Order: sequence, then structure tokens, then C-alpha cells
Amino acid sequence: MSSIADWATPNPVTENRSGLIGKAVDRYEGPLKVTGTAPYAYEVEAPSPPVQGAIVTSAIARGRVAAIDTAEAEASPGVLLVWTHKTIPAQGARGARINPRSQRPSSPVMDSDEVRYFGETVAFVVADTLENARAAAALIKVTYDELWAVVDFPASLGLAENPPGEEDVRIGDFETAFAAAPVTLDETYTSPIQNHVQMEPCATTAWWDGDKVTVHTSIQMVKGGQHALAETLMIPSDDVHLLTRYIGGGFGGKGQSYDDLSLAALAARELKRPVKVAYTRQQMMLGTIHRPATIQRVRLGATPDGRLTAFALDGYTHCARDALFTEHFANFARSLYAAPNRLTGHKLVKMDLPGAGPMRAPGEASGMLSLEVAMDELAEKLGLDPIQLRLINEPERDPETGKPFSIRQLARCMNEGAQHFGWDRRNPKPGQVRDGRWWVGMGMAAAIRADYLLPAKAGARITADGTITLLQGMTDIGTGTYTILAQITAETLGVPLSQVRVEIGDSNLPPAPGSGGQFGASTAGSAALDAGMKLRVALAHLAVGDPNSPLYGASPDLVTFDDGKIRFGNQSEDLSTLVARAAPEGVYAEGSISPPADRRDVSLHTYGAHFAEVGVDMDTGEVRMRRMYGVFAAGRILNAKTAKSQITGGMIWGVGTALTETNSVDPRYGSLINQDVGGYLVPVHADIVDLDAVFLDEVDDKANPMGIKGVGELGISGAGAAIANAIYNACGVRLRDYPMTPDKVLAGLIAAGL
Amino acid sequence: MRPFTYERATDAASAVKAVSDNPNARFLAGGTNLLDLMKLEIEHPTHLVDVGRLPLAAIEETADGGLRIGAMATNSLVAADPRVRARYPVLAQAIIHGGSPQLRNKATVGGNLMQRTRCAYFYDTTKPCNKRQPGAGCSALEGLNRNAAILGASEHCIATNPSDMSVALTALGAGVEAMTATGAVRALTVADLHLAPGDTPHIETALSAGELITAVTLPPAPTGGQVYRKARDRASYAGGLAMVAVAGGQIALGGVAYKPWRALKAEAALAAGQTPAAAAEAELADARDSGRNAFKIALTTRLTVAAIAQAQGGKS
Ligand SMILES: Cc1cc2nc3c(=O)[nH]c(=O)nc-3n(C[C@H](O)[C@H](O)[C@H](O)COP(=O)(O)OP(=O)(O)OC[C@H]3O[C@@H](n4cnc5c(N)ncnc54)[C@H](O)[C@@H]3O)c2cc1C
Ligand code: SF4
Repeated sequence: MSSIADWATPNPVTENRSGLIGKAVDRYEGPLKVTGTAPYAYEVEAPSPPVQGAIVTSAIARGRVAAIDTAEAEASPGVLLVWTHKTIPAQGARGARINPRSQRPSSPVMDSDEVRYFGETVAFVVADTLENARAAAALIKVTYDELWAVVDFPASLGLAENPPGEEDVRIGDFETAFAAAPVTLDETYTSPIQNHVQMEPCATTAWWDGDKVTVHTSIQMVKGGQHALAETLMIPSDDVHLLTRYIGGGFGGKGQSYDDLSLAALAARELKRPVKVAYTRQQMMLGTIHRPATIQRVRLGATPDGRLTAFALDGYTHCARDALFTEHFANFARSLYAAPNRLTGHKLVKMDLPGAGPMRAPGEASGMLSLEVAMDELAEKLGLDPIQLRLINEPERDPETGKPFSIRQLARCMNEGAQHFGWDRRNPKPGQVRDGRWWVGMGMAAAIRADYLLPAKAGARITADGTITLLQGMTDIGTGTYTILAQITAETLGVPLSQVRVEIGDSNLPPAPGSGGQFGASTAGSAALDAGMKLRVALAHLAVGDPNSPLYGASPDLVTFDDGKIRFGNQSEDLSTLVARAAPEGVYAEGSISPPADRRDVSLHTYGAHFAEVGVDMDTGEVRMRRMYGVFAAGRILNAKTAKSQITGGMIWGVGTALTETNSVDPRYGSLINQDVGGYLVPVHADIVDLDAVFLDEVDDKANPMGIKGVGELGISGAGAAIANAIYNACGVRLRDYPMTPDKVLAGLIAAGL
Repeated sequence: MRPFTYERATDAASAVKAVSDNPNARFLAGGTNLLDLMKLEIEHPTHLVDVGRLPLAAIEETADGGLRIGAMATNSLVAADPRVRARYPVLAQAIIHGGSPQLRNKATVGGNLMQRTRCAYFYDTTKPCNKRQPGAGCSALEGLNRNAAILGASEHCIATNPSDMSVALTALGAGVEAMTATGAVRALTVADLHLAPGDTPHIETALSAGELITAVTLPPAPTGGQVYRKARDRASYAGGLAMVAVAGGQIALGGVAYKPWRALKAEAALAAGQTPAAAAEAELADARDSGRNAFKIALTTRLTVAAIAQAQGGKS
């Protein structure tokens, strides 16, 4: 691949002759899931009856295990094995890579007596049943030498430092311009720790066959998991067969592997029988990664007519002491609004908490919560409509890099959304609309999310019955990947969907980076398209070279594919006929995508606009959604149904972000307080009354060969801010601390004498 | 979860005997609370006596014009009963405000009355909790106590009773029938069922070990409007931050104390012709916060005022 210019050439997906691309096709694996027959990692049938593991986690945030008494557990019914840091078999050193090409290093479990966070694995039991394993695990007594731990984020800002290799990004002279600006805003916004709360916990079923281990696990990145396990076990990655066929939600939290994977593999080796290990809900909340809290300061300087002259977004976030991660809440803002003088940056506090890590739209999801409320506040100061303020500051080119936009339809998203939503009925003065005991208000926010393309491979095989199987080490975390890969393959080969199979989630298949960063469809799909094109070439050569084919002797370049047939002029035959006759063993081709260097010369994003209407209970300060609507521009849409469920799912996360989702660290113990879904509140059906989204017609031919872009993370970006702005419009209480729970709204109402 | 034995009771008397004779035995009704507590190693019964299928689920008229609700009636059954809906709408509403349909289909009247607190520290066995382990200390006192009690708490425990149903029962002046170890049935009131934490927060109810709730009795509905209001963090399926049940001139508060709190001072103020605001303030004059739950005083006051006004015929 040389240049993004090549992508302007039509291909079967962009031509979409049979109309499969964009169609609201049902989920490929839907029937399996709704009938409960999709085998998730923990339910996979092992070759012989499995035994069950249970994990014991630390009850301190930092220190050492002084003693562990496992005697009672070992004597407990059904127990087969008890491990602590003293007895666990040797593993690769933490962070080590025997194979320098491993994507992930060794991630040993219980490799020392050190405790690095509350909820870290300190002991492990395997028993004949899950009940016996958990009963025994509860009998293990651990005593600790506790050390002082950094666990209180707001109290630890003095420890903040620049993320490694990062400096604040400055354009122009922010301070001078801000000081000189006629209208200014300087506010601080805070967002809490959030948990992914995937329905399916981390889980692994493992068994060995000689030197080779097979693991079924729940992970977003096939190669990452395979390599991490190989390094941990100190074996070649070819000896690890990792499968992750069905995944009950990832949201970024399963981008890495956890101790269930290593422990299941180690115990299966030790016990010479299959072992299953799953995290409990409490262990998911405590011991997997979370979205870190942020403290963000926004400073805006504007002219009286609304042009931004000075813009700054900077502040603090946190991560685990030895698992560096930055929630880049300011990055998106570098591409959003025009302003000549700019400052963006992050400061990071390293803490003794479990890992901070990516969660749906890392960066944007937190950052837009501040800037998009600040813009609402500034619009009010300026006496402008919030949409008008944003339109005034629409940049011609990427405001920091000067790169041209691939395509930017943000203004259209806002305008069309406003019209559909009835934005003109919004009273700019807050607290003016009543419905019974509810104050009613509207708010809006822009949405932006970066678009990525990564290298990937894919294979396509046709067998003698005409079935085409797309093969890829890709994952479907519930987003619709199976389905869109089937659509791309069917459209590329000109066959009906019923003739296509999809096999993914297997480390033996051509690698793709997995699901994350909303790059999945573009990356895996582009490789699938290429594999399909390569298979077309192979089939064309097969036909024109076969004296028994009606296409014999034709030019392979002029052969076409449609309706399950291969065709040249008015000569055609069924693909199944051709393959059964000329290549009964089947035909296989491999394709790939690798982003051309000049893709970096354009500013590539997805855009949108959120509109929210809320009611605020005058008595209690409870906020309830009344309506929510979004308009999004995200390139060509591959599947109207799965794309919409992605984008509305993101908006619903925005509702959770604005109203309910939070976890807090109790600084006395260093542990998160909400440990189940009864305490950590995500939206339920009753919270989502009337919520809808549309996509603009768009093709982004700079993004990838299909002109598509990611939709998975755009929907949450900005969504919470629209709700925060609606709360203000409803009742005049301006909150800057998420989530906006009744206690905070009520405090605002009381302060305002309401 | 520890291993345990299980038996399905065939009649109330033998169930009571089985549990009274064995200090490590517990009744199992819908199991929606007890099984969670067992899985989390908070309760460790070695024997369960399943009372859920005892024939104690009937809802019957009483001679005085009230209703008698069998303790094994599910929450869903009670909320759907036409007599309950017509005469005790506050009870039907309160039940519907609790949990989710799945939970209400399993949860029983007896189990709901006996459900334990949702204090996060009570649920986390790595933290001190006097209710779980007498004398260990109370983590909530100086902790993340946003949902702690504002009335009737002690320095040993500030947990709240999370039940919705019992708030309405308390406002309605409901009674409880319980079978004691001797097989006799005694009567007490919902309002007197729960004991103040004092320095023994692990002792939660006036029932002796093995005593089985067999029914709840509703006196004839008081005259006047009935209203149930619950303030919560999301629109459904969330524990209350504050609940108020009004039945005519009778008022109970929920989520504010170790028990459903009969608001006798507010009732007296109303009876004396004072405004709803004055009544609410009279009741909450004694309220004390522990830090993060301070907002609950204002919240409960406002919710009480609104609920009284609504019951008195104001618009909602
Ligand atoms: C996620 C979740 C959310 C919830 N939300 C709410 C809510 O919003 N509002 C609300 O009100 N409730 C809520 N609940 C609590 C629910 O209402 C209770 O779990 C339920 O009412 C308990 O009834 P049960 O029959 O399942 O009791 P069980 O779990 O079977 O028993 C609970 C306790 O009562 C004892 N017991 C049971 N029956 C009797 C009897 N007849 N006599 C004496 N002792 C008895 C048992 O021994 C046990 O100790 C929620 C529960 C969950 C799990
Ligand atoms: S408030 Fe009560 S239940 Fe909660 S930690 Fe304190 S003693 Fe335990």
C-alpha cells in the first residue's frame, strides 16, 4: 500500500452492487446468543471434566504478605491445589520478554510477597467444584505488613508529574491572550473512577496436550493474550492456542489479560486436567482496570462576538505506580475548535491502586465532559446560542496541526440535530419550563473521536460446496464484528450472506489487532476486503485456466462476481461448480491492510452532536432523562442496525456518566467502595426513555479502502456534557462534578433558594 | 459460600422447631437476600430450612375490615392484588418501587421485613463492621457514608434498613404475626419489629431465634390520600436515598434509620393543624448526619413535605 489516494479506486464494498453494505443485517451470532448456546470462555466444553479455581485477593493497598495460613483450605473438601507466592510454579519475570517480538510481556501472578493494590491476587485454590473452591478460598488467612499507600487522588496532586515523554502542548501564547480576552471563563470539572462492568467477567478454561496449552478466555486482543501467556509460562507462543469466540462485553477492560488466564493454564499443567477460573463480580470491580478520575481545568478567552482567542484544557489524572497509563482527556480538544493561542496537557499521579486503563473512548469520554460544558457556560456569558458559539469557532483545518480534515461534518450534525430535536424551543434562560413537579431543560454538546487504522491480516477460503469462510484472529466483543465481516466478505465475493461463514477469535488465524479504540471495523474489515479481493483473483485464474470452465481463456482482469457466480460477458458458472471441479480441496487466499504513511497527513475523526432533554425533580433534585438524540458523521455505515446499537449504546453510557456511574476509593483502606452492580449504578431501562440516533450519509475515502470509520466510541464522547447542560437549562444549577446525583443537584437548588 | 444442609419445611411448626433447635440454622424464603450474604461469606448458616413453599401466601379479609397477608406471599403477588391496590395503594406503590421484577417475583413479605442493610462496609468482609463482627468497629462512621442513617443511629452503627415495602406497612400501622418456638403465634407491629442499634447492632429484630413471621396484618385503611415517594440515584432498581409513605394522617420515612421510621411527631404536628413543612421539620429536628449523608436531612424534609401535600390533594 502506497497512498491513501489509492482508496479512491472503487472496490466491491464501495460499489455495493448487491446492497449488502449498510443493510440492517441481523447479528451473525445472534441466534446462538439469544438461545444461550454461544459457548463463552467459561462454558466451553473441555476434552475431559474440568476442575474449578477460586482466587483470593489482597485486603490492603500496599505492603507485603507476612504470612498465609492455607492449612484449613488444603484440608477442605474437594481441594486439589492451593497456591501462594511461596508455592506457585516459576513464571517469566514481570515485564520480561523472552521473545522480543512478543506484543505483551510476561505478567506473572503472585510472583512475590509484595502487594501493589487492594484486590491483587494473593492465593489461589483449585477444587472439584466451584463451591468447594470458593469455600476453601474463604478459609485462607492472610496477614500483612502494611505500608503507607498513595490512594487519595485529590489529596495527592502534589505528586503529579508529566506523563513519560509528554509535555504540555502550546500554540501561540495562551497566558497573554487569556489575560487580554474581553470575555473569559475559568472553571474546573471533575470526573470519578468508573468501572467497565462487563456482563461477562474475566474467565478462562485451559487444558494441555503435551507441551501445548489451549485456552478459551475472554479478551479483546488475541495476540496480546497469547503472547502474555507464552511469556508468563516461558514457552514459545506457538505452543499457546488462545481462543476467544464470544465475549460478553469488553469496553476496553479486556484489552489485556488478567490472572484467570495464567492461573488456569498453570493449574491445568500442574493437575494434568482442564481448569476453569473466573473472576467474581467483586474481583472485576477491584482487581481489573478502571477509568481513572480526572480533575480538568478549562480556560477560555473570547471576543464579545464569540471568537475564541485563548483556549486551555489541562489537569490531573492517575494510574497505577507500575502500569503507566494516561487518560488523555485533553487530546481531542487539539482538533475541535479554532483558537490562535492554545494550551493542553496532562499531569499524572502514580498511585497504589489497581491499574487505570482504557475504557470506552479513553480520553474523549472524560475530556468532553469538561470542555463541552465550558462552551455552554461561555455561550451564556456571550449571550450566544451554544450551537452558534461552536459554529463561530469551526476551524478550516485542524487547529493545531494545520492538516486538512479528511471530511468534517460537525456543523451539519449540530444543525440537523437541532432541527430534528426542536432546539429552537429551548428557552436560553434556565428554570423557565415546568411540567408538574419537574423542571425541564435542554442541552447539547459536540462529539469528536479520533479514527485509527492499524495493520491486520485476514484469510478467505472457499470450499467445494461454495461456502466462503472469512478467517481472522479478530474479536467480537458484542459490537457486531462477526456480522460486518460476513457482509464485507459476501459483497466482495458476490455471494449471498447465507453462503458466508466467519471464524474469528483464534490465535491460529491471520492476526488482527482486536477490538479497541473504535479501530476494529476499519482495520479488520479492510483486511477482510483485501482477502476477498485476493480470493477473487485466485478464483478468476482458476476459471480462466480451466478448459472445463465456460470462462476458459478469458482475461482474469475482466472476470466479475455476483449472485454466487463467476462471470465473463455472458459466460458464467456457480462458484461451487468451479471449485468442486477445479479445486475440490478448496481455495484459500490471504489479504492484509497496512496504513499508508500519508494517512497521517490528514486530520481524521468522527463527529457528532448530542441533544438531551431532562427533567429535574423540584423536591429531590433527581434528574431523569426525557429525550436524547444524536446525529453522527462516521463514514460509510456497514450495518445500520449494529452501528446504531453501538452509537446509542455509547449515548447510554453517557447517561450513566452524567447521572450515576462512580466509584470511590476509601482512603483508609485504599479500596474501591462499590463492588457490585447494586452499588455501581449503570443506566437501566427506565432511565432510557426516548433515545435515538442517526448517521449522516458520509464516505471518508481517506480513512481506509471502504470509506468507513469507527462508531464504537463516538457515541459516549460528549454525551454526558449534553445532559449536564440540560440540567443547568432545566433548573439553573451548574454542576461541574460528575456524576450529577440528587445530593449535588439538591445542594445547588438549596443554594439558589429553590 | 460454606457447605450447608437444606430441608424443605412441610409445616410452620416444624420449621420453627428446626431453626430454634439449631443456632446455625436459618429460614430460607425467596433467598434474594440470604443467598447473596452466604456467597459473600457474611452469613454462614450450616442448615437452611426452606419455608418458601409453606401454605402461608394467602391474602385474606379480616373481621375488622383489614387484610391479612401471608408471610410467603411474594412481593409481586401483594402489589398486584386488587384489594391491596384499591385500599392500600401506598403499599402496592412501595413494593413496585423496590428492586426489579425478577426480585419481586422471588422476594416474600417475611423476607422483605427481615432483609439486612445494604451498608457497603457490611457487604465487604475486609472492612470492620460491628453488625457483622460485634466490637470490630464501624467503618461507615468516618467512611463513605452517603447513604447512612440520620435518625436513630448510634456510634456503633449508622446503617439503614433498605426496605420499601415496610415503609408503607409502617405508615399503615401494620401488625406482624410470628410463631414462636412453642408453636404459639404472637402479635407485634412492623414499627416495633426492628431494634435500635445501640451498642448491639448485630441484634436487629425483636424476634427470637427461630421465630417465624407467618403474616402481616393491615388494619382498615385510614381515611385520606395515600402516597409513596422514593428518591433514588436512578429511575428504577436502586435503593432509596429517602422514602416517604403517607396514608391519611399517618406517615413513615424510609432509608433514614435502622427501621422504617414512623413519623409520629410529624403526624402530631399535622393533626394540630400545622403545615406540611412544619410537620416535616418537627420530625427531622432530631436528625444527625455523619458527613456525606448530610444532604439526606434536607432531602427527606423536602420529600416529606411534597408527599404530604400530594396526599392532601395537591398536585404531584
Ligand atoms: C439487587 C437488589 C436490589 C434490591 N432493591 C431493593 C429495593 O429497592 N427495595 C427493597 O425494599 N428491597 C430491595 N431488595 C431487597 C429484597 O426486597 C429482599 O432481598 C427481599 O425482600 C428478601 O426477601 P426473600 O424472601 O428473598 O428473603 P430471604 O433472602 O429468603 O431471607 C432474608 C432473611 O429473612 C429471613 N426470613 C425470611 N422469611 C422469614 C420469615 N417468614 N420469618 C422470619 N425470618 C424470615 C431469612 O432467614 C433471612 O435471614 C433488593 C435486593 C437485591 C438483591
Ligand atoms: S454502619 Fe453498621 S453495618 Fe455499616 S459498617 Fe457500621 S456497623 Fe457495619
